[in-house]
Amino acid sequence: MLTPRLTRRLATLAACAALAACSNKIQWRTDNIDGLMPTLEFHMTDDAGKTVTAQAYRGKIVLLYFGYTNCPDTCPTTLAKLAQALKHTKNHGAGMQVLFVTVDPKRDSISHMHAYVRSFGPWFVGLVGTPDELLELTKRYRVTYSYGKPDKDGNYEVTHSSAVFVFDGSGHARLIMVPHDSAEAITADLDQLAAQAGG
Amino acid sequence: MTRLAVLLVSALFAVNAWAAGVTVSGAWIRHLPAGVPAGGFFTLHNQSKHAIVLVGASSPDYATVMLHQTVERGGTSKMMPVHRIEVPTGGAVTFRPGAYHLMLMHAKHEIKVGSKIPVTLMLFDGAKVTAQFEVRGPTAR
Repeated sequence: MLTPRLTRRLATLAACAALAACSNKIQWRTDNIDGLMPTLEFHMTDDAGKTVTAQAYRGKIVLLYFGYTNCPDTCPTTLAKLAQALKHTKNHGAGMQVLFVTVDPKRDSISHMHAYVRSFGPWFVGLVGTPDELLELTKRYRVTYSYGKPDKDGNYEVTHSSAVFVFDGSGHARLIMVPHDSAEAITADLDQLAAQAGG
Repeated sequence: MTRLAVLLVSALFAVNAWAAGVTVSGAWIRHLPAGVPAGGFFTLHNQSKHAIVLVGASSPDYATVMLHQTVERGGTSKMMPVHRIEVPTGGAVTFRPGAYHLMLMHAKHEIKVGSKIPVTLMLFDGAKVTAQFEVRGPTAR
């Protein structure tokens, strides 16, 4: 027979079970890569001309993206999407940083990168490396890039990995975002990542 | 004299071969700073009685305009030149970020966001269609 006492007990059990289930089921709308890639490490020069390592960005959520400024479509399309995603996060992108690493250091000087990244918003930092620094960082995250044949005017395209790697405040690789991920999905996941950090 | 007049008029038509029944909508340019190439986007509608083939583009405000396509494959992005795009009668083709796009290179003067730039689309048979493209900033989508 269902006494009031028994009913209450059953209700408590059900509530505990539901809560336990909720806390284990964090849903991500982009790809969860927790534990699959190494901690963020690099040695580069930022678009203000300062030498920086990944340590400078600990405590922030970092979005790492590789591209080049002469890129007619993919790079500005991705950066514009990230700008929109960051703008709509709960804290308007505070505590978040996009690191745009050039895979075309021959054409992308520091001052050139500076003009380019700041046109997308305050969350963007440009990084330029020596050939060795770039090789080390791209190898670390298995990022590829290759140069096309120059045309008669010396212009060339660079084919490059299109993923955005997302790291939490401790530098742990947590998410990969790909071209078909919407700005809304990115905003949701960034907010969730920030909430986990207590931000 | 009449024959000459006919010849002249025909020549005029050949030179000014504006494409009848072919229109452009939603045309905009994504302008970027520091002199890097800009992207051009639009929809080309073919309401003529035959298929058309888009083969190129030009603008008085840029030294070179190319037809391009972004291809996503195996996690990499590649942007490739495109030499012809066929649009069947009654059909349309859309140039949008992440897909077909115009690559506009070496602007001849400072390009202002909010201004309008004429771009001429060239078809296989020599016909052309010109549209005013609205210039928007880097974060436009």
